Amino acid sequence: MAKKKQATPMQKDYQIRAKKLEPKRKVGINILRAFISGGSICALAQLLQIFFINVFHFDESKAGNPATAVIIFLAALLTGLGRYDQIAQWAGAGTAVPITGFANSIASAAIEHRSEGFVLGVGGNMFKIAGPVIVFGTFAAFVVAIIKLVFQALGG
Amino acid sequence: MLLGRQSWLFDNSPRIIAAAAVGGPFESKCQIAEDFDQFTSDLWMEQDSFEKAEVKLLELACAKALEKAGLKNDDINFLLSGDLDNQITSSSFAARGLHIPYLGIFSACSTSMESLALASKIVDNNGANYVMAATASHNAAAEKQFRYPTEYGAQKPPTAQWTVTGAGAVILGKQGNGPRIISATIGKVVDMGISDPFNMGAAMAPAAVDTIETHLNELNVEPDYYDLIATGDLGFTGYSIVQDLFRKKGICLKKNLYVDCGTIIYGKDPKVFSGASGCACSAIVTYGHFLNRMRRGELKRILVAATGALLSPMSYQQKESIPGIAHAVSIEYIQ
Repeated sequence: MAKKKQATPMQKDYQIRAKKLEPKRKVGINILRAFISGGSICALAQLLQIFFINVFHFDESKAGNPATAVIIFLAALLTGLGRYDQIAQWAGAGTAVPITGFANSIASAAIEHRSEGFVLGVGGNMFKIAGPVIVFGTFAAFVVAIIKLVFQALGG
Repeated sequence: MLLGRQSWLFDNSPRIIAAAAVGGPFESKCQIAEDFDQFTSDLWMEQDSFEKAEVKLLELACAKALEKAGLKNDDINFLLSGDLDNQITSSSFAARGLHIPYLGIFSACSTSMESLALASKIVDNNGANYVMAATASHNAAAEKQFRYPTEYGAQKPPTAQWTVTGAGAVILGKQGNGPRIISATIGKVVDMGISDPFNMGAAMAPAAVDTIETHLNELNVEPDYYDLIATGDLGFTGYSIVQDLFRKKGICLKKNLYVDCGTIIYGKDPKVFSGASGCACSAIVTYGHFLNRMRRGELKRILVAATGALLSPMSYQQKESIPGIAHAVSIEYIQ
């Protein structure tokens, strides 16, 4: 969050009064729900990985790809069916942090902007939410790689 | 007649000839469903975008009001309408089909009472025989414009609100036996520095209190003069803040005198979090629910202070706080 503009004493007084009357987010329950739902998604992906290793004879490093693809497909399907947002309201970070959240952000934006056409609507908006994740993810990876190189050069 | 600085007392008290409230599928199951004139079966309303569906809602409400009044489009001198869509396209596009001389207005969710106050002023000053005031909002269109895609899985906080899918329209005239518009108070923009768009109730509550307090002072009446004082769409959070602010100011409100339209529509349905919001919220509750209660003789004098959050999707990204506004109109119906 950017730092707040200087509030006048009257504004500050009001904000304190209002804050007291606002219902709080249930952080404890949200953490528990995120743990259960996020854990379940990862467990499902793990089962899929085992399935691809045993049934389709992928080696362990490559079996993650089809498993991830199935999870992404399921998230996009649930988004299209209009169920994902309802699950996410319950699960919170549990569905937002795994790859499902990323898939949902792209699928939901693509569906939403279909009414503005395929190019300007779907194409122009599908990375509206996922875009910043890609930008800063790539940048963070770049910074980390430089740090690693520096350490290696110093003989670490 | 001007009272004080910002209130109008309407000498010829314009009459409500007819009013209509239209809702979407979710509203058909709400607490005040019997006060609606019509529901649409789905969110799309046979259109290919949510924005076009909102136009459809507005057209339905206007058509219903005309039908109930027994008037034709040509009889209406002016249409005053506004909504939440960018550049109020829903209103302008509905006006395109209605062929009624049109004044587009924007005051976010307080558009309902702004349009009613202006329409009353026009009729009161013999500026028109009939004026129609209308407004609409659409849940998915509002989510798309102000928040995230409708199917995006972001967890909403308990202070969030649910934009009503619906439209309300009212036709005012000089004569008739219907409810009369007595007075109106135009509100000032009040900004208490709240910048969370998921907490509109807290952003708008001070504006509501300011307008209601000014109204009572300028009209020189006690709160008890009214059978009901309603705010537009503050939800449960804003509702309790308004009560707290009135207590702080020493303004005593009888139990059940003060209500908020945002808490009336869906009640404590967990799906809507803190309550209802949107242009249609106060319009539907006033033109449907309250007018019906007045016709049944349960209420004689009411004051509706519709509240609006004057933000844009860009203004809150630029870390601007959310300015609030409220316009109040008093309606009387003594049979």
